[in-house]
Amino acid sequence: MEKQDFKNQLKKTAHLARLYLTPEEEELFSRQLQSILDYFNKLQELDTTNVESMAHVLPLSNVWREDEVRKSISKEEIFMNAPEVEEDGFKIPRILKRE
Amino acid sequence: MRNLKEIKDLYNKNELKVRELIDFYLKKIEEWEPFIHAFLTVPYEEIEKQINELEKKPKDLPLYGIPIAIKDNILTKNIRTTCASKILENFIPPYDATIIRRLKDNGAIIIGKTNLDEFAMGSSTENSAFGPTKNPWDIERVPGGSSGGSAACVSAGEIPVSIGSDTGGSIRLPASFTGVIGLKPTYGLVSRYGLVAFASSLDQIGPFGRRVEDVASILQVIAGHDPMDSTSSPYEIPDYFENLGKSVKGWKVGFPEELWQKGVSEEVLKVLDRSFDVFKDLGVEIVKISLPSVEYALSVYYIIATSEASSNLARYDGVKYGYREEAEDLISMYKNTRGHGFGSEVKRRIILGTYALSAGYYDAYYLKATKVRNLIRREFEEAFKKVDIIVSPTSPILPFKLGEKISDPLQMYLTDIMTIPVNLAGIPAISMPAGFYNNLPVGIQFMSTFFSENRLLQFAYAYQEMMDFSDKYPSLPQKERA
Amino acid sequence: MFKPVIGLEVHAQLSTKTKLFCSCSTDQENVPPNTNVCPVCMGFPGVLPVINKKAVEFAIKAGLALNCEISNYSKFDRKNYFYPDLPKGYQISQYDLPLCRNGYLEIFVDGEVKKIRIKRIHLEEDAGKLLHVGAGDRLSEADYSLVDFNRAGIPLIEIVTEPDINSPKEARIFLQELRLILRYLEISSGDMEKGSLRCDANISIQTQEGVLGTRTEIKNVNSFYSLEKALEYEIERQIELLKKGEQVIQETRHWDEKNQKTVSLRGKEEAEDYRYFPEPDLPPLIVTEEIKEKLKREIPALPKELREKYFSLGLSQTEVEIIISEKKLAEFFDKSLELYNNPKNLLNWISVEILSYMNDNNISFKDLNILPENFIKIIQMVDKNEITRPVAKDVLRKYLTTGKDPEEIVEENGLKIVSDTSYLQEIIQKVILNNEKAVSDWKKGKKQVLNFLVGQVMKETKGRASLDVVKNLLEEELNKL
Repeated sequence: MEKQDFKNQLKKTAHLARLYLTPEEEELFSRQLQSILDYFNKLQELDTTNVESMAHVLPLSNVWREDEVRKSISKEEIFMNAPEVEEDGFKIPRILKRE
Repeated sequence: MRNLKEIKDLYNKNELKVRELIDFYLKKIEEWEPFIHAFLTVPYEEIEKQINELEKKPKDLPLYGIPIAIKDNILTKNIRTTCASKILENFIPPYDATIIRRLKDNGAIIIGKTNLDEFAMGSSTENSAFGPTKNPWDIERVPGGSSGGSAACVSAGEIPVSIGSDTGGSIRLPASFTGVIGLKPTYGLVSRYGLVAFASSLDQIGPFGRRVEDVASILQVIAGHDPMDSTSSPYEIPDYFENLGKSVKGWKVGFPEELWQKGVSEEVLKVLDRSFDVFKDLGVEIVKISLPSVEYALSVYYIIATSEASSNLARYDGVKYGYREEAEDLISMYKNTRGHGFGSEVKRRIILGTYALSAGYYDAYYLKATKVRNLIRREFEEAFKKVDIIVSPTSPILPFKLGEKISDPLQMYLTDIMTIPVNLAGIPAISMPAGFYNNLPVGIQFMSTFFSENRLLQFAYAYQEMMDFSDKYPSLPQKERA
Repeated sequence: MFKPVIGLEVHAQLSTKTKLFCSCSTDQENVPPNTNVCPVCMGFPGVLPVINKKAVEFAIKAGLALNCEISNYSKFDRKNYFYPDLPKGYQISQYDLPLCRNGYLEIFVDGEVKKIRIKRIHLEEDAGKLLHVGAGDRLSEADYSLVDFNRAGIPLIEIVTEPDINSPKEARIFLQELRLILRYLEISSGDMEKGSLRCDANISIQTQEGVLGTRTEIKNVNSFYSLEKALEYEIERQIELLKKGEQVIQETRHWDEKNQKTVSLRGKEEAEDYRYFPEPDLPPLIVTEEIKEKLKREIPALPKELREKYFSLGLSQTEVEIIISEKKLAEFFDKSLELYNNPKNLLNWISVEILSYMNDNNISFKDLNILPENFIKIIQMVDKNEITRPVAKDVLRKYLTTGKDPEEIVEENGLKIVSDTSYLQEIIQKVILNNEKAVSDWKKGKKQVLNFLVGQVMKETKGRASLDVVKNLLEEELNKL
């Protein structure tokens, strides 16, 4: 991928991940990530046609619990670490940008 | 009183009180911390509370009065847990991780929370928002990472045992760099509930110690099924002491050429030479094996780990807990909070993982990586049909200097090349101190098959009987050097 | 040719006691914000999900009832996106291997059977709720918002149809029938107004056979009525555009209840990239034949089967729909029928007396305390001429409020039919004496006053007398004058 294209791709990705990056970070990451991705491309050499993907190490299935109510922590503990609380709700800034 | 057996003997003979022991270690911590910065939090009040609680508990608990340090990505109720990140700088957990509950229930005392690479992402403990940890053997060098704090504190003698987490080598690499023992159990053996997730399919909690018995003692307490962790093993836990001291004569030890060739430094090879004499003396047979796909392990690992991390770290959004940077609207709040709350390496990995999962790249990166992961696992499974143990260096290089690799992420990632395949396969592995090069520790890694910790510890114990470094301590640096 | 092509995505909250991945209560009513929450459903660091077995069973039951193939192997995936009501920054859902696939539901539209194919049913967790605070309570006018995680983690099934629906009415009937089935299965309350049943619609206009038009997605439809209205509006809008030779833009549109129209959700144009990947914290689900068989056995007779049964009893379609509108009512009807083999009469009693009682008290059948035996006792007392029909109505109401034995009610209140003619004669004489005007009208030939006088007698007897007997006796007496 061309350097500029990659930088645009990086910006899009940073937006998807909701990360603010300084222009310097954009420059640096763009360079670093491109060389990392080049390294990753070695993977494409391997033929994995008949190989299943592996999502779990252990061959477990149907791990579940019964439908029984249990109360775990107090109201105080729920809000203990909250940046901002109002009337038992977690307060957040307005969702839409002001026009 | 540097190992658990000595401590227990003194307790049993009533020659030592819990408070005396704790004070002894707190003093060691005060001496060493200015030089190594292994701890992020030493909660004096909580320690006091725990000592008082302990008085009500039976003395025959397996870890009665044993002080332990915990990597700061494992949740401790009422004790700040930061993940060495600004984003959780003031986070007070409302619950204990399952392993913390088990340790406390068995008499252990949580002495403090140790430093790490932010969210366990790194190989040097330099990526901590609160400053790096230094290697007690040479404070100009890194202790390895990401569990650098937990390794360094045991190495320096600030504490007899500690807990770390290992996603791609984060217990074994720092164990090797600091000259202590570090065990990564089989994936699923130890509950992950309360371990702040980095890469869920790879993360595993494990102990550090100076002696194999100590590591076994801790594993005995923390291993076992947890209904809160659906990926935790439902199988029964054996007695991990049962095999210690038994002969390993006639065992087959696999020598994977792929892990002894490329990139292993002369210094490391030279120190590890001695271990092969040990193997001879133990009467084991060295068998050459091949793990052709481990060549791809690093790529597979960094794709899977960063993909999972990009999702696991999405919850730090400034809404429910943790750092928030105020802003006019939601999206700016998100971006500023995360952009300034996370450090460089974490951001780099989140972006890498987000990219690997995004539309158009998923098949080439994430899906491909999970397939190659399967190949790697199969190769290990095949290998363990032929051998009991697989041996490799823990690290291809000696502990490096602070700042040496920080500007080149790929070089830093290559440090984990020996340890990563183990996490991908899900098998257990231990790093044992194997000697020194110019007073810098070198570790050797033993791997074994799924849930064979019993045999892995047996082998490590046999090795320890021939190569015991548990009484070798680094000396406290001179004040003027600090 | 303008043919509407509609597909629905229905979300139904499952009525489990606890959330999908933690043991918090799913209770939402009269609960202050952030009460039924825990570190797991709030997405605290270090937490892990554990699947609620009941929710999986409920989802499979829905699949079985909707004629789906149940996947032998199924798994959970993470759907990644940022929104403040989504505590983990991802929703645990199912992507490429849903629990159920390839089903169908048959609906009746204008007397015809129509088959709507079900593409898939999957299990996922609900998000929390946002309260927008500011000048107006709308998102765009809000100064800030408050997040409540009580709803976060409640199990949902998402039911996706193929685009087999061709009119707003079909869509409404499909959704009503689907809700009925969910209620029969007792896996969801299906209350649209409470948000436990939610429906998004995809709609496009086909102008040529085999050529699909551009579709829009309609969200925020909160009732059956608004589903029909929103679709009608949207069809009209799209056809107008096409007639003018303009393009339909692929977009998400909100149903604006107040102004009765769909509006474009500008600013949400950006295509989401959800970065689905397998949930590493949850091992897969393997649904064995054994599990399927066990759940199949738990499925009750469903509306379709009941309809056939009741049609064969000679009930009309309206009557049948009344009976099957609630599972408990159908069960009640069946039990009553065993005791009293006259479906038409039973239906009459149910639709006139019971339904009006339910309406008066604004309750549903399942809230009634009624035993078939007692209900039949009342009907039989009427049949045997032991009480009159008006008295029976009162007895039934008294029974429903007090739960007392109907015979006792009749006994205690002396409600038995009055057949003692001498007693009736006495009352008749009294009524004749007290209604001179009416009596003189009668004499003048105004025969219609008879009904008035009968009414007076009935009033005196508190409805306990047989109407025919009173009429005859009264006429006799009047003729004697």
